[in-house]
Amino acid sequence: MVTYPGSVSDDDLVFKALADPTRRFLLDLLFARDGRTLTELESELEMSRFGVMKHLRVLEDAGLVVSRKSGRAKLHFLNPVPIRLIHDRWIDKYTERHVTALTELKAELEKDS
Amino acid sequence: MSGTENAATTQVYRVYIKAAPEQVWDAITKPEWTDRYGYGGLTDYDLTPGAAYRTRPGPAMVEGAKAMGFPVPETVIDGEVVEADPPRKLVLTWRMLMEPQLAAEGFTRLTYELAEKNGSTRLTVTHELAGAPQLASLVSGAHDDEQMGGGGGWSWVLSDLKSLLETGKTLAQ
Repeated sequence: MVTYPGSVSDDDLVFKALADPTRRFLLDLLFARDGRTLTELESELEMSRFGVMKHLRVLEDAGLVVSRKSGRAKLHFLNPVPIRLIHDRWIDKYTERHVTALTELKAELEKDS
Repeated sequence: MSGTENAATTQVYRVYIKAAPEQVWDAITKPEWTDRYGYGGLTDYDLTPGAAYRTRPGPAMVEGAKAMGFPVPETVIDGEVVEADPPRKLVLTWRMLMEPQLAAEGFTRLTYELAEKNGSTRLTVTHELAGAPQLASLVSGAHDDEQMGGGGGWSWVLSDLKSLLETGKTLAQ
């Protein structure tokens, strides 16, 4: 995996952001309905406004949440691209091998039957 | 972003690509690039506000569809250029014509924004999808597990674009 010094997009930041249940819950909320304000997100959590802001900041730094101004409101959107990049570069690599192994096992078992 | 948009039906995608904004702009707006990543297709733009554009299927798309046994329309995407500010911003109306029910949902609004950040390009794609629930589902990647390969929506398209510009190869190569 190539890392870009100074770049905001970094697998480490994504994994770290995803390692917390509150942040995963925030992503689930945005998945269910995108483009929410801090106040809307805060109302779903038993947590101070400052706490929610801190978690959103970590998600934004990891690129998992993109915020945009719409009039006076700041709206938060789920950005699935960093997860896709991890999927394409890491998970595909390993699941392909498993699938191949199972396909070969099936072929091997069926050969004698 | 317009004030009339509906946040709940808007999708936002962002990716950082280790390439100059001009390169990313070319990859979005020039047919010799547009057929090389994501769903492919050859798009010719006259980058003038009000100008119509269309995406024709590339050779791979035609072959693939023939193998699957369904026809590809001569135009797969069409719309108009709303705003073009190379290499920073491109706003389009955007209609998918691959299937009649998608075509019937009409035009959506697509915005590409490019910004240089630490020697990379930050590309943000905003797709305003009010009144187009089936297209919204498609571009969100909800059909990714289907046999078509590449039902991954914008996340997949942008991941593939990043791979092409940074390594010279797409994800499938």
